[in-house]
Amino acid sequence: MKFPRSAKAAACALAATALVAGCSSSGSPASSASSNQKVTLTFWSWVPNMQKIVNVWNASHPDIQIKFTEAAGGDAELAKLLTAGKAKDMPDIAQIEYQSLPTMVSNNYLADISSSDNSLKSDYPAGLWSQVSLGTSALYGVPQDAAPLAFFYRKDIFKKYNLAVPTTWAQYATEAAQLHKDDPSIYMGDTAATDAGLFAGLTQQAGAQWWSASGSTWSVGIDSAASQKVASYWGGLVQSGAVDSQTAWTASWDKSFSDGEYASWVSAVWAPGDLSSSAANTSGDWAMAELPQWTAGQHVSGAWGGSATSVTADSKYPQQAAQFIAWLNQSTQGTSLLASDGSIYPASLAAESSSSLPAQTFMGQSDFYALAKQYSSQVVAATWGPDVPVAYSKFSDAFASTVKTSYGYLAGLTAMQSAVVTDMKSAGFTVSGS
Amino acid sequence: MTTATSVHEPAASLTGARRVRPRRGRGFRPAPRRTPYTFVAPAVLLFVAVFLVPLGYTVYLSTQKTQVSGLGLGAGARKQVAAGFSNYGTVFGDGEFWQSVLRAVIYGCILIPIMLGLATLFALVLDAQRVRFQRFGRLAIFLPYAVPTLIGSMIWGMMYLPAFSPINSTLHALFGIQGINFFGQRIVFLSVANIGVWGGTGFNMMVLYTSLRSLPQEAYEAARLDGANERQIALRIKLPMIRPAVIMTAIFSTIATLQVFNEPYAIHQISYGGVSTTWTPLMTVYRDTYTANNIYLGAAESIVIAVMMFVLSAAVLRITNRQIFGGEAK
Repeated sequence: MKFPRSAKAAACALAATALVAGCSSSGSPASSASSNQKVTLTFWSWVPNMQKIVNVWNASHPDIQIKFTEAAGGDAELAKLLTAGKAKDMPDIAQIEYQSLPTMVSNNYLADISSSDNSLKSDYPAGLWSQVSLGTSALYGVPQDAAPLAFFYRKDIFKKYNLAVPTTWAQYATEAAQLHKDDPSIYMGDTAATDAGLFAGLTQQAGAQWWSASGSTWSVGIDSAASQKVASYWGGLVQSGAVDSQTAWTASWDKSFSDGEYASWVSAVWAPGDLSSSAANTSGDWAMAELPQWTAGQHVSGAWGGSATSVTADSKYPQQAAQFIAWLNQSTQGTSLLASDGSIYPASLAAESSSSLPAQTFMGQSDFYALAKQYSSQVVAATWGPDVPVAYSKFSDAFASTVKTSYGYLAGLTAMQSAVVTDMKSAGFTVSGS
Repeated sequence: MTTATSVHEPAASLTGARRVRPRRGRGFRPAPRRTPYTFVAPAVLLFVAVFLVPLGYTVYLSTQKTQVSGLGLGAGARKQVAAGFSNYGTVFGDGEFWQSVLRAVIYGCILIPIMLGLATLFALVLDAQRVRFQRFGRLAIFLPYAVPTLIGSMIWGMMYLPAFSPINSTLHALFGIQGINFFGQRIVFLSVANIGVWGGTGFNMMVLYTSLRSLPQEAYEAARLDGANERQIALRIKLPMIRPAVIMTAIFSTIATLQVFNEPYAIHQISYGGVSTTWTPLMTVYRDTYTANNIYLGAAESIVIAVMMFVLSAAVLRITNRQIFGGEAK
């Protein structure tokens, strides 16, 4: 018998969905949630050691138990959430990156928790609060961490080759070329154009607005002059061989850090948490500095990721879920656990200014949090569109598969712009320009 | 056969066919005609439940689309509306989709001849007389098939990574060749096909070997008496006689080729760039359905792939059938 296999696959998928739906997330009765009823809430996140943090909550809150499931990462979790949302089977609580919130809200998958958590507003930077409220009166999550871009460099390598910490991108380019010439086995770093989130943050610093909304019309500015400036810059550096062309987040990329082949990393303040697992042997060698600037004397930064914790539309107990979210992201206990065990930089202003934040052990830099706070305030506000995954997946194809040159990167930008505009138009969004 | 006859007998008697049949005693009545339906009911129900219903639902989804009003951010701003055949229009006009189909065809043209060639060779060698370590050989060749494809692909992916590749370091040590990029735009076809060959040869060999073992030994004896050597027996007698099995493995492999997903997806995760998110048709479906969150377009693409697969396997079957009959007529 010749059955179309994809249909069979679809059948299997359907059966699997039915099974999954059968063992629904919260096995609690659907009766109205009174405040002293015992509930179990499911929670997806990819913050390192989140289980430990959840255990602390569970020990002191017998009536609101959190069942934690570790997610692979932002993109993978978002795809899972979008699928689970169709089956009405999302977890009660989920970590969601700022750029993905509009996608989730646009699908009507997030609960409005303004009645529970709006009181927290004063404790967050206005820029981050607008990310979780999307400029409306609703509230789709509580900011968890701020992720301003920063420049991470190896103190020992910089000293050995007499390099100054670059304050402008022009200086970065000159030093990158010089360093690789002095020692061909070492690069200043990798091309920052293999991760969509990092590249978006760098264009944000340069003044690009990938999406903007006015009235009921969206504008897409991915292929704007500011983005083109960033694309040509990195394309030129890769082309001349001044930075490595290797793709980020592969095993061999990790190895380049632990082997000391990279003298620096353009990353965000969560970088130490990542380096401590991929290049543990370099502990104490790193320092954080301000992101190089396009214009000397300016102090502007972008962001790479950063997440909120949200309650999904499938949760039967949004009020209890909102309680947990407030504890996790705003209470002193929650935020210090996030910083110490989760290696993230909490978004809460109270946490940022308190001296209770644990010392950054990997970096060994005493003013780490003070600097992080400073960079956080320099981040240019961004508006994210309703189809960021389309842009990011196009980015991974367009920027990785082209010849890595200025010309190739510029063509990648054009491809991204047209993919995003086509997708939005086909869904019925009003898109102005191009 | 006997059951089939007994089922048809009552019908024959009702139509008044004159035939002498043993009487089964007074009061004999033909078995109710419900019985055959009862027997096929489970199969039909399962077929409808796990095949026709999902297929119908997929067809339905493929004629829908998302309609957004305003900025698309408030509750109820996104609706599902009928789209007619516009999704199919998108699929047929989508160069990226057809490129992924083309890549699957190229992949198949590399994979199938090598995999089936090796499988046939191994099966014939193992079946030949006086081959040592038969059991061990069979197991060793079959073992990769028992490794889940995703895990096999990840193992291969690590071996392809420039910084870790034992293949590269060996080539460098022996011949001074360095820096083969296994994820290059062209080589990546070979890299992915290699994983398919590694994982698929054992299964196909088992199918062919089993059919070789079921052949009558007399033919070999006669050939040996006529002075044929082992190679001649393999090529002139065994191979033509297991042709149906070869054709079956060819059809299975063709279908599997258009469906290839696990191997390139694992390599995509590792290589980032060598294999794009839309490298094969099913990866395109995955990207559009889950990453881009357009289940309707994904459904249309699935239907198009299913139809192509149906036509392709029908064509392969027809062509190979003609060959068999042509061979018999001589």
